[in-house]
Parts: sequence; structure tokens; C-alpha cells
Amino acid sequence: MADSARTMTEWLGFLGHRRTAESEPAAVTPHASAPELSHPTKSLQKFLSCLQAQENPVLIDLGPVVGSNVTFFGEQLGCRIRVEDIASDIEDHIKRKATDQLPAFFAARFPQPPASVDGILCWDVLDYLDRPAAQALATSLTTILRPDGALLGFFGTGESSQPQYTKYIVVDPQHLRYRHYPASRPRQRALLTGDIIRMFKGMRVSDSFLMKSNVREMLFRKNPA
Amino acid sequence: MWKRDESVKPATPPAPAPAAPAAPAVSMPAASSERRTQTLQGENVNIGKSVIIKGELSGSEDLTIEGNVEGRIELKENILTIGPNGKIRAEVFAKSVIVLGEVTGNVTASEKVDIRDNGSVDGDITSPRVAIAEGAHFRGSVDMQRSGAKAAAKPAAAPAPAAAAPAAPAAPAQKVGA
Repeated sequence: MADSARTMTEWLGFLGHRRTAESEPAAVTPHASAPELSHPTKSLQKFLSCLQAQENPVLIDLGPVVGSNVTFFGEQLGCRIRVEDIASDIEDHIKRKATDQLPAFFAARFPQPPASVDGILCWDVLDYLDRPAAQALATSLTTILRPDGALLGFFGTGESSQPQYTKYIVVDPQHLRYRHYPASRPRQRALLTGDIIRMFKGMRVSDSFLMKSNVREMLFRKNPA
Repeated sequence: MWKRDESVKPATPPAPAPAAPAAPAVSMPAASSERRTQTLQGENVNIGKSVIIKGELSGSEDLTIEGNVEGRIELKENILTIGPNGKIRAEVFAKSVIVLGEVTGNVTASEKVDIRDNGSVDGDITSPRVAIAEGAHFRGSVDMQRSGAKAAAKPAAAPAPAAAAPAAPAAPAQKVGA
């Protein structure tokens, strides 16, 4: 009897364990099978702090649509988010062999009125543009940002021959997960810090961090009017 | 074979319960529906994939659309599901909206908008909760503005993590400038 009870207990325990194991995949993301390292970020929390003081801020995300990011920023800030996927714009121009039109395109890219946006998640899109296009995009972003608004930009420190973009997926305010996806061309020449600062004329660098992942995280604030 | 001319009115269930609410009031001012099928399953109405509706669709039951709708959909107290075959070009107002098909137009939900894998939304979303799955297409803005005052419970130190715990320890960052 004792044996049978033990056997039953073991059997139930086995079933119980299996049930737990089977329920786990539902809680993880679809890409959990391919583990991705999360990287620390120093600037995201500061960026959030800039916007948390604002009631219902307006946020523009220049990366591709990442559902969990939309949820994260929406819940953290109660904001209005507009996703403007600049990488897809670049891809579109490369496919049409019209990259020389990118500066003019970015000059008229954003429908938002001047000084109407509270925060911009620029990520690393400027790394994929040549200098005139990057300057045009930076100028447009500076225009639509309100005085004292915040812009978070990432910049690579070295050359890269890998033709791939990076999706930055927010794990929490201190960590990001980098997910790569194919690009038609690699990053352009790495921008010098001084060049980046000059590119965002009318803004000041609030914080700048060089991360071990070789990413320079820079938080800009627009100068008061 | 039977060739039935489907009426605009929703189909009557075989044995309607007295307390059951009526099927969604479908007002079609500029109706040019070719064919329309509705199946009552409890309180969930299904619009089949061969159905085309142009006009205003409103009701007080959960609705699943597999066909084409152009105009305006209003189910303010109920759940609207756009099935994988559904194609919507409309302003949508519902309690919750689940998108597995295509929506072109603004979506407003009082509770949640859920764009599932392969679902597509081209338009602005207004809802307190929004979920966009990997593989979903979205183009527009998301407005998750809190209705009340700014929540005081916004600790800078411990916000809810958006995903799984980090896999790597936090490497110290080197501060370059300030």
C-alpha cells in the first residue's frame, strides 16, 4: 500500500512537474527559443524621467514597431506614441536607388507641427545614413521637439560591415535586448561625438554614456525657446 | 442547389431565448451588401468572409468579422474580433478589439486593442491597453493616455519589467560626458 501510495505520489508529482513545464512557454515571448542577451542601458531611465514630469507626453519612436515597447512606454508614461520606422524609409530608398533623395525626404518627413513632441526615441538610425541625410533628419527632429524635450540617440563607435539593423527591445528601464534583422547596407561611417553634437544644433547633451556593447548612448534636451 | 437571397436583417436564431438581446442593429444607409451571413452563437455574431458591408455597423453583442466592412463599426460595450479573413476600412469603436485580419482606419477601444500575429492596423489606436504581437503590422500612433490624473505610483526605481528578466548582469557603463 505504501509502495503504491509512493508510486501514486511520484506519479502525481511527475504530472505536476510536467504541467508546470508545459505552462512555461505560454509566459515567454515567441522568440524565447533563440536566447538574446540583454544589455544594460544607462540613458533610458533618464529619458523616462524627462517625460514622466510631463502630462500625457507625445513620443515618437523612430525604430520598427515593437509591440512590447509600445506597451512599455504607454504604461510607463501614459503617452501618445507614434512609430515612424526610419529603417523602412531607408530600405525603400535603397531599393529605388534613390538614397540621394533622402535629405529632401527627411526634411519633409514628419507631419508634426514644430515644438509639438515631448520625446524622441532615435535609437541608432543616424548610423545608417550618410552625412547629408543624417543632418536633414537631425534638423527635422530638432524642429518638432518642444523646448526641453528629450531625444535618446544611440551611436556605434566603430565601423561595421554587417548589413543589419538592430531592434532595441526594452526589457526594463535598465536593460535592452538587441535583436538584429537584415539590412540592404551596413552602417555608414561612425560619427564622431563632436559631429553628433553639431548635428543637433539647438539641443544640448544632457547625458552621454559609452557602454561595453560599444554603443554611445546620448540623451539630448532641446534648449529653451 | 438552393440559391437564397439573404436578407439584410440578421438571421433569427432557431429557438430564440426570450431574454436574449437582439442581434446587432445593422444600419446600412448606403448598403450595397452582396451577400451576408450571420450566425448567432450565443451572443457572438459572425459575419462571414463573403459578406461586404458598406455603412454603419452597430450593436450590443460580441462580433466577429471575416468579411469586408467599410464605414463605421460601433460596439461600445462589446468585443469586436477581426478574423484572419476580415478586411475593415472603417472607424472602429468597441470595448475591446482583437485584430487578426486587416484594419485601415482609427481604432478606439475603452479596454484593450490586441493586434495578433499577422494582424494589420493602418491607423491610430486609442485605448488604455494595447498589445501588438511579433509579426503584426502596425502603422500609426498609439494613444494610451491615462484618463485620470497622472498616477502617483510611478516609482523611478522599480517599474514593471516589460519582458523576461535580463540574461546578463548589468555591466558598468563608462560615463564619457555629462
